Amino acid sequence: MNLLDHFNYYVVITLMMVGFYIIMARNNLVKKVIGLNIFQAAVILMYVTMGRVHDGTAPILADGPDVVYSNPLPQVLMLTAIVVGVATTALGLALVVRIQENYGTIEEDEIRALEDAS
Amino acid sequence: MSAETATDFSAHLPALAVMVPLMTAPLVVIFRNSKVAFGLSLAAAWSVFGMILKTLMLTLEHGGWVYELGGWKAPIGIVYNVDTVAAFVMLIVSGIGALVLSYAPMSVAREIPENRQTLFYSAFLLAMTGLLGMTITGDAFNVFVFLEISSLASYTLVAMGSSRNGFTAAYRYLIMGAIGGTFILIGIGLMYMMTGTLNMADLAERLPEVAHTRTIMASFAFVIVGAGLKLALWPMHTWLPNAYTYAPSVASAFISATGTKVMVYVMLRFVFGIYGTEFAFTELSLGLPFAVLGLGGIYAASTAAIFQTNFKRLLAYSSVGQIGYIVLGMSLATVGGLAAAILHLFNHAIMKAGLFMAAGHINHQVGSVRLADLEGIGRKMPITMGLIAIGGAGLIGVPLTVGFVSKWVLISALAEQDLWWVVGLALASSLLAVAYIWRFVEVAWIREPAPALEHVTEVPFWLWGPTAVMMTLSIVFGVWGAGTTEVAMEAARILLGVAA
Amino acid sequence: MTEDLILRVVTKVLTPFIMLFAFYTQFHGDYGPGGGFQAGVILAAAFVLNALTFGLPQVRKALPDRIMIIGTGLGVLLYAGTGMVSLFRGGNLLEYGVLDHHSPVHGQHLGILLVELGVGITVTSVMWVIISTFMERAVEDAEGGEG
Repeated sequence: MNLLDHFNYYVVITLMMVGFYIIMARNNLVKKVIGLNIFQAAVILMYVTMGRVHDGTAPILADGPDVVYSNPLPQVLMLTAIVVGVATTALGLALVVRIQENYGTIEEDEIRALEDAS
Repeated sequence: MSAETATDFSAHLPALAVMVPLMTAPLVVIFRNSKVAFGLSLAAAWSVFGMILKTLMLTLEHGGWVYELGGWKAPIGIVYNVDTVAAFVMLIVSGIGALVLSYAPMSVAREIPENRQTLFYSAFLLAMTGLLGMTITGDAFNVFVFLEISSLASYTLVAMGSSRNGFTAAYRYLIMGAIGGTFILIGIGLMYMMTGTLNMADLAERLPEVAHTRTIMASFAFVIVGAGLKLALWPMHTWLPNAYTYAPSVASAFISATGTKVMVYVMLRFVFGIYGTEFAFTELSLGLPFAVLGLGGIYAASTAAIFQTNFKRLLAYSSVGQIGYIVLGMSLATVGGLAAAILHLFNHAIMKAGLFMAAGHINHQVGSVRLADLEGIGRKMPITMGLIAIGGAGLIGVPLTVGFVSKWVLISALAEQDLWWVVGLALASSLLAVAYIWRFVEVAWIREPAPALEHVTEVPFWLWGPTAVMMTLSIVFGVWGAGTTEVAMEAARILLGVAA
Repeated sequence: MTEDLILRVVTKVLTPFIMLFAFYTQFHGDYGPGGGFQAGVILAAAFVLNALTFGLPQVRKALPDRIMIIGTGLGVLLYAGTGMVSLFRGGNLLEYGVLDHHSPVHGQHLGILLVELGVGITVTSVMWVIISTFMERAVEDAEGGEG
C-alpha cells in the first residue's frame, strides 16, 4: 500500500488538529473563529475527497459514453456546510465586535477577569 | 398510509409544520413592526401546534408514514419520517414554543431594545423551524442542516439579552456548538463513506455489514461526542449555564425546554435507530460510560446548583443535572429505561420552561434574578412564587407532579435490571434538588422583604397566565401520568424495534 | 474608500462585467455549474468592491438598507413559496413537476429557476447586509478615534 494513497486524509487530520488546537489554546477571540474555520475546512476537504472517483472528471454532464464522474453528492453537501460555516463565522465575528465594544478587549483571560469583577 | 395514497391533505401536515415558521420568519423581518411580528409569530406557533396535534392523532390511529419531499423516493430524495416518537417530540417543541410566545410581548418589551424585537421574533421562529425539522427528518445530513439553523438562531437569541455578559455567553455557546455540529457532520460523513447513503432507514440497513470497521466506530464516537456537546452532557455542559443565565427570559424558557431535548432525541435516533442497540451497547458498551456520565452529571451539576447566587443560573445547573437522569435512562437500553428518558424529556421540558418563565416574571418586576436582590419576594409576588414552588416540587420529584412520574418510571426500570445501588444513588440525588430549591424558598419566603422591594407588585395576568398553564400541565401530567407513560413506552418500543 | 485613480477606474470598468457574470451564473445554473449561492456571492462581491473603492455611503444610495433587508426575507419567501405552490397544486412539498400541468419537465425547470432566484436574492442581500454592517462599524470606529 502506498503511503501517499491517503495523502488527502493526512491533510484532513492535520488541518483538523491545527484548527482544534487553535480553538482550545488561543486566547484571542478572533483567532478562535479562525481556528473554527480551519476545522470546518478540514471537514469540507474530507467530504470532497471521499466523493472522488478514480480518474473521474468534475460531475458536469459531458458527451461520450464512458465518461467517469466523481460523486457530486458530497460536493453538494459541502455547499450547504460552507454556507453554514459562513453564517457561523459572521455571527461569531459580530459577537466579537460587540464584545470589543462592551469590554474593550477581545482577550479571553481579560474578559474573564472583567466578568468576575462585575 | 403513505403520502402518495393519501389524497387527504393531512399527509402534508408535518411538512407544513416546518414550513410555516420558516416562512413567517422572513415575513416578520419584512414587516419590521414588533406588534405585527408578535401577532404573526403567535399565529404561526399556534397553527403549528394544531397541525402537529393532528399529526400525532393520525400516527396514533394509523401508524406513521413517510413523506417524500419533492416527490423523490428515498433513498434518492429527502424524506420525512412521520411516526409517533417524532410527532410527540414535535408536540413538545411546538407546544412550548406557542405557550412561551403567548407570554413573550411584555417580557420582550422589557428586556430587548425596540429596534431588535422583530429580529428576536424572527430568530425565535427560525430556532423553532430547526428544532421541528431536526425531529422529523429521515435524512442524516438534513439533521445537520436543521441543527445548524436552530443553533445559529439560538446563539442569536442568547446574545439579545440586556447584559453584556450575554455576548460572551453567546460566543462560547457558538464555539462549543459549532464544534459539536461539525463533529456530527464528520460522523455522518464517515457513515456515508462506508455505506453510500444518507437516508436513515437505509443507513440502519447497511451499517451492520460494515459495523466492525474502524471508520464506523470513529463515526459513532464523533456523533456521540458531537451530540453530547449539544445536549450539554456532563462534563461537556460548560457553555450552558452562562447561555441560559444571560439570555432574555423568553429565550431561556424556550431553549432550555426544547434545545437540549431535541438533541437528546437526535442522539436516540442515531444510537438506536441507525447504529442499533446491538452495536452501541453490546459491541461498544456505551451503557457504562453513559451511566457514569449521567450519574456524574446529576451529582456534580445539582451540587453546583446549590451554590449559585443567581436564580436563572441555579435553574441552568439544575437542567444539566436533569439531563443526567435522561442519559441514565438511555444507558439502560431497555424499554423501561428509554421510556423514562423520553418521558423525562417531556416532563422536564414543561417544568423548566415554566420555571424560566417564572424567573422572567421576577426579572420583569425587579430587574434582577440574583438571589441577594430577591429577599422576601415571596410576599410581594405570591402567584409567581406559588408557580415556582410547583415547578420546584416537580424538580425534586414530589408525588402528583410530573417529576415524580418520570422518576418512578426510571427507578422501576433500574430496579428491573437489579441495579439497586444506582436506584439508591438516583433517589439520594433528589435530596440535592431539595437543597437547591430550598435555597430559593428560604431567600424568597423566610427572609424579611428587602427595602428595595417595597414597591414590587405581582406581574399582570398576561405574564403569569401562560406560566400558570405550563405549571397546571405539570400537575395534570403528574396526576394523569399513566397516559404519558404509555406514549413514552410505545415510543421506546418503536426505537428499540421491540413488539409490544 | 480610496483616492487612487487606477482603482477607481478599474472598479468602474469591472463592475458591469462582474454583475453580468453573476447573472450568467444565476440563470445558467440549471444547465451548467452555477446557481443561486455562487451568483449571489459574485453579485455581492461587485457591491463590496464598489463600497471599498467609493465608500459605503455611495453604494448605500443605490442599495438602501431597507431594501436589502427586505431582500433577505423575500428570497426565502420565494424559495419556500415555490415549494408551497407545488403543495397546493396536488404535489408534495417542493415537488416542482406539478408546477406545469402539461409537462413535469417544464415544471421542474420553472421550479428550480424560481428557487435559485430566491436563493440568489437572499444570498446577495445577506452577504451585503453582513459586510456593510461590519464596514459601518469600522467607519464609526475610525471617526470616533480621530474625533
